[in-house]
Formats: sequence, structure tokens, C-alpha cells
Amino acid sequence: MLSRIAEALFWIGRYVERAEDTCRIVEVHLHQGLDDPTLDANGAARDLLLLMGQPAVEQPDVLHQFCYDERSPISFLNALGSARESARRARETVSTEVWESINTTWLAVRGGRLQRMRPASMFKVIRERCAVIAGLADNTMSHDEGWLFLTLGRSIERLDMTSRLLSTPSLAGNSPRAWDHVLSGCGAHHAFVQRYGALASERDAAEFLILDRLFPRSLIYTLGTATQALTQLGPSNLRIRPDDPAARLLGAARASLEYLPPDEIQVDLPAEMAKLQVVCSQATQSISARYFEGSAAAEWVGGVW
Amino acid sequence: MSVLFDGYPRGQAAYDEMVGPDGVRAELASVAAELDDLGIEEVRARAEYLRSVYIDQGVTFDIGGEERPFPLDIVPRVMQAAEFAHIEEGSRQRVRAMEAFLSDIYTEGRCFAEGVVPRHVVATSPHFHRVMAGITMPNGVRVHVAGIDLIRGDDGVYRVLEDNVRCPSGVSYVMTNRRAINSALPEVAGKHRIQPVEDYPSQLLKALRAAAPSGVADPTVVVLTPGVYNSAYFEHALLARMMGVELVEGRDLVAHGGHVSLRTTRGLRPVHVIYRRIDDDFLDPAVFRADSLLGCAGLLNAARAGNVTLANAVGNGVADDKLVYTYMPDLIRFYLGEDPILASVDTWRLEEKEAREEVLDRLHELVVKPVDGSGGKGIVIGPRANAETLEKLRRQILRDARGWIAQPVVQLSTVPTMIEGQLKPRHVDLRPFVVNAGAEGMYVLPGGLTRVALPEGELIVNSSQGGGSKDTWVLTETRPTVTVRRPVEVRPPSVPLSEQIVDRVIRHQHEQQQQSHAARAAQGGESSC
Repeated sequence: MLSRIAEALFWIGRYVERAEDTCRIVEVHLHQGLDDPTLDANGAARDLLLLMGQPAVEQPDVLHQFCYDERSPISFLNALGSARESARRARETVSTEVWESINTTWLAVRGGRLQRMRPASMFKVIRERCAVIAGLADNTMSHDEGWLFLTLGRSIERLDMTSRLLSTPSLAGNSPRAWDHVLSGCGAHHAFVQRYGALASERDAAEFLILDRLFPRSLIYTLGTATQALTQLGPSNLRIRPDDPAARLLGAARASLEYLPPDEIQVDLPAEMAKLQVVCSQATQSISARYFEGSAAAEWVGGVW
Repeated sequence: MSVLFDGYPRGQAAYDEMVGPDGVRAELASVAAELDDLGIEEVRARAEYLRSVYIDQGVTFDIGGEERPFPLDIVPRVMQAAEFAHIEEGSRQRVRAMEAFLSDIYTEGRCFAEGVVPRHVVATSPHFHRVMAGITMPNGVRVHVAGIDLIRGDDGVYRVLEDNVRCPSGVSYVMTNRRAINSALPEVAGKHRIQPVEDYPSQLLKALRAAAPSGVADPTVVVLTPGVYNSAYFEHALLARMMGVELVEGRDLVAHGGHVSLRTTRGLRPVHVIYRRIDDDFLDPAVFRADSLLGCAGLLNAARAGNVTLANAVGNGVADDKLVYTYMPDLIRFYLGEDPILASVDTWRLEEKEAREEVLDRLHELVVKPVDGSGGKGIVIGPRANAETLEKLRRQILRDARGWIAQPVVQLSTVPTMIEGQLKPRHVDLRPFVVNAGAEGMYVLPGGLTRVALPEGELIVNSSQGGGSKDTWVLTETRPTVTVRRPVEVRPPSVPLSEQIVDRVIRHQHEQQQQSHAARAAQGGESSC
């Protein structure tokens, strides 16, 4: 597979997931504001911006920066636009149905169309469109190299964003329903209540979102998906350890989460999550170096050849 | 006459493909009747549906970096089988003649020696590339894909307007148009026997594989695109996808030691045939424009070494130069010993003194075109031009007579087109596509791309000038033969069906019984909890 196309697919996976997760994070943020009248709305918004790696401004406009502003690097409008651009570059590789769903999604949200929707229905539309794209990709593309790169991108983005979402309860202070919101933000409320019952504690929620082996958005599950994709992509040294640096990084992160003593799960959760975000960015770098390097723009400078 | 065509002008100056002086032409009556049955409101609704489909599918055309949907009109252009057979034969003939001409000028130059074409006409063509001299193509083909632009004058005769044997584009719209019209007008399309266009990608792949360097058993074919900002990017992507080959940009290629490879996630992979959609000048910075970032340095060297085939061949532009066009009837007679099947448009060669003087006297009534322009660029239509433009043109002609040709204003034929909810006559042209696989034969796509000039009276029907297109139907008398690839084998079930059912019923009963035992046991309080 062409390095350039592999890279495009990796980023389609990332951008679509980013759009969906951004949408979930903003939803959680807004609900927390509604549920807890004592919360300092401005402070919470600033914290959220910091969490997404953005400089905090005096009076942040969450909806604008996270949703409507195409130029804002953290908005889901931006993510969908970038996904569409990547898909356009890989148009002969993604299936027609995937391309069309990305294209129609982009057309439905651009140019002020989001502002005309009620925020609640906007979030629903975005989440569902992203699910449609992901579902079509899984069901209409061969699960070959291209799909593996897409899955890899999606998993790494999901890790990164879920880790940020898991840090929000600590921002919300002791807001009583913070973990409820995080669970909903991961689409995990139903699954969680089924598994633990309605009397479960905050620690159970954290445990579920970090360690559940069967829930597809938990960190462990996602780390597993990413590692699997990497294993299938690169023939690796089975005897000693994977020789792929990205696989090692993700594997180590997975082990350190998995073997965490139960009582320490909530201790210093934000720091633990920040570490995971670093792992995501390092893994992306080594994936790029290994697979996408060829796509670096070659320049002909003339002269001797 | 039907309701739909009630307000439609008849017997106007230009030839209308559908409506003659006495109303809808007999051979197209059934198409018109089907449309009429739908009613104007419904036809309008279907036209709106077409527009939305193209936007959703991203069937676009880039103009100045902006993606625009390529307008597709709801009314198809319809041709009879015999009508198209004539076009098909004529197109094949032209391609054969151009192949002979190109191979001649890059090797022996017989046509110069015999005085058919003056040597300077070829030598001064900006698309004549000396680097190609002496190179023979693996299967002798230089024109792998040709698009022959045809127009139909007010006498109803098809004439060749120009040949395109560099990177003719538009074929993707033929395929998407057919699919879209089939879904928008199933009633109308279903009642007619339309020759299919879906064979194009496989025919193209066949031709490209046939052109591979000798000794390559399973050649790797790629489509080379300038990138997403190219106006025809949609087409490049579609062709690559439908052929099942990689779509590459220059930066995906590496040329080294006379070979070309792809940068892949598993290292370099050799390439054998490049269907390039980049102009000669941008193809190889080592030979042509050194500032080009679109191509790949060393490509031509590899082609010269015979390790990679470029399709279409470099240097083909000589054959579609509009000045060479004027020699085509002679070239057909010279190389093939046949009379031209398709007529040409009368053309003055401005480098000939008498012709130039006549044209300069009649500038205001002629069309003057630059010989190597494409996309309608630089064309001056005398009757529509003001004195200042004509004066400027006069000076340009005197300065560079080689660069221009002149033709009488040809009234292009019209086809009913949906304009603001009403059917109006609009000028069209036709570009049939020819795919040449050398010894394995030549394929002509049934129909071709019909382009429509959407503004009223506009004679330049080019996509880059905001034109639209129509689905082009070639009707056939007999049902088109569909090749069944593999006979469908009806396999008897391994276990006779009745036994399977019996087996399932018994098992089902058995399970139910077990369930009820368990339930009874539970009710009995023997072992609950």
C-alpha cells in the first residue's frame, strides 16, 4: 500500500473518532454545568480548554471553539473537514460508501449549518454520523492493510480522547454526578449499569472505563485493538518481543494499567492519563516514521541527477 | 407534440437532436413520450434529485481550486446504433492514422519526405519532443486513450472539431452520468435498449497491461495524478478505483537506475505502466520543467530504457495540434490508403499567405483558435468580438501565424436541456473515447461525453467554462449481450431438505420438552434458587 494512502487512512480514522469524541466531551461538559449550579462555568470551560491542550482565554466560548469554528484546531467541524480532505486524497482506496458518508456529513455540517441546530440534536447528529462512517468502514472495506491503518488511527485517537474524558471528573471538583457524565460521554452508561448495578461507586466507574475487557471504548479494549492492528501490519519478532516501537509503547501502557493495584486506580488519575496521552503521541510518531516516511514531499532541486 | 415540448422552438437555425421542424423526431418519440408521461413537475423533481446525488457523491470538477459539482442535465442525448457505428468507425480510423503519424515522425519521417506535411509544422510544435525520437513503444501503441471531439452542424453531419491524444478527460462523467440517470429516470431508461458504458475501466486496464514492457508477466499499473487540486482529480480517482490500481502522485514514485518504483508501507515496489494524467512538461523535471513538483525525476529515462511504459506516450501533442489537424484527411489517405470517414471543419492555416490574408479580411465572421489551446482558452469568435479584441487578434496573428487557425462559425447542434424548470435548446458537442490495446484491438466507448453549454446561445461547451453534461445513449436494436462470467451452479443441498427440516423439528421439540421439565421441577419447589 502507498505510504501516502496509508497515512491518509490513518488520519481518516483519527479525525472521525476525534469529531465524535470531541462531541462527547462537550456534551459532558455542558451537562455538568447544568447539573451542578455551584460550578464556576468559566473556570470549567478554561479547564476544559487546558485539557485539550489549548491556551485558556478569559471568557471561553465552548460551543464556538469546540463545535462551530472551522479554524479552531479542536472543533469537530475542523476534524470533519480534515477527515473529508484525507478521504478525498484516498478516494480510490476507501469504499464508495465510506467516501459518500464522509462527504455528506461534511456537507451537512459546514457553512453555519451546525449553528442552526439545537445543541442537543447537533451532538446526536454528529455522534450518529461518525458511527455510520465507522460502521461503513468496518463493513464495506476489506480488512486489509488499509483498514488496519484506519483502525489504528481510530484506536489511538480514542485512547487519547477517552483519557482526556476520564480526567474531567477531577476538573469538576467533587461534582456528585461527574462520573455519571463521563460514563454517558463514553456511551457506557447502559453497559456499566448492567455490569455493576445502579449502586456502583465512582471507583467502579473508573475501573470499568479503564479496565473492562469487553466494553469497546474502555482503555484496555482500545489498547488491545491498536496493538492487534500493529501486530497484523508488521511482521514482528515473535521470539523475544515486538520490534515495533509503537507496539512496545502501547503494550507497556497497557501492562501498567492492567496491573495497577485496584486501590490505586483513582489515585492521581489525571497524571496517569496525561502519561497515556504522551504514549499516543509517541506511538503516532513511530508509526509515521515506520510506515509513512515515504510520503514526505520529495523535491527535485535540479542539477546533477 | 407532447406537453413537455410544447413551448420548445422548432426548426431553428441550429440542428436540434430531438425536435425537428415537424416536432419530436420519430426515432426519439418514445423517449419524449416517456418523459412526457412523467409530467413537467416530476421531471423537474428528478432534475433536482440528480443535482443532490452529484453533490453527495462528490462528483465534482475543480475550477481554480474550488470544487464544483459537474451539472448533469436530466434529458439524455439519444443516438441510434447506425449513427454511432459511423462515429465509431471514423474514430478508429483517426486513431490508426495518428498512431502511424506519430510513429513516423519520431522515426523515419516518411511524411516529410513524401511532402504530406511540411517538416517545420511538426518541428515547431511545442509538443514535439526530440527526446522521444527513436523510441519504440512496447506494443507499438502511443495513443492508448483518445478523445475525438465532434460537433454536428446545421446539416446534421458530424464533424471532427479536434483530436485529443494527450490526456483526454471526461470519461468518468460518462460512467457516473449513466448511473445517475438510471436512478433518476428508471422508467425511461428501462424501456430502451441502451448500450452499456461500464466496460470502460476493464478495457482501459486491458490496454494498459498490453502496453507493459516485454518480459513482465504481471505488470503493475498505476494512475498518475497531479493531485487533489487538479480539475480532473475526481476522474483520476474514479478510474484508479474502477480499475483496481493505485492512484499515485509524483511524490509516491521513485526513479532509480532506469526503473520506477512506488513508495509503499513495505518499501519500494516496481511499477511497469503509468497511466499518467500529467502533461508532458510537468512529467519529469530532469528533462522538462525543472521546477515541476508534480512529476518524478528520471521517469523519462526509465521509459527510454524500456522499463516503464508511459500512457499516453510523451510527445503525442503533435498529433492533436490544431495545425496538424488540417492535414489529417491527407494523413489518413497517406498512411491508411482510405478516405476519411468523418468530415472535418473547414480550416484556414494562417501561416499560408493567401489564407492569412483572407482570414484577416474576414476576422469578424470567423472563429480563430490558438493551435495548442485547450479548454476553450484564447478562442475568439469573430461575430461576438468587439473591434478592440479583433485588432489585438490581428496583431497576434501577424506576429505568430503558426500559433493560430481559423474556422467558419459552426452552429453546434442543440438538445433540449432543463433550464430553470423549462426545456430549452442548448448547444452540445460529443467526445467519444477510444482505447487502443494494439494487437488486442481498439475499443470505442458507446456514446461518449456530451457536453452542454448552459448559457443561451453559447458555443463553447467546455467544462472549464462552466459547461454541463448529458448522459449519452446509443440505442441498439438487439438487447446488448451481457457476458456471463461464470455459469451459476445450482448445488443440491448436501442433506435432502426434508430430512434437515425433520431433524430441526425433532430437535426443537426435544428442547422444548427439556425446558418444560425444568419448569415443572422449579414449580415443584424441589430445587429452586
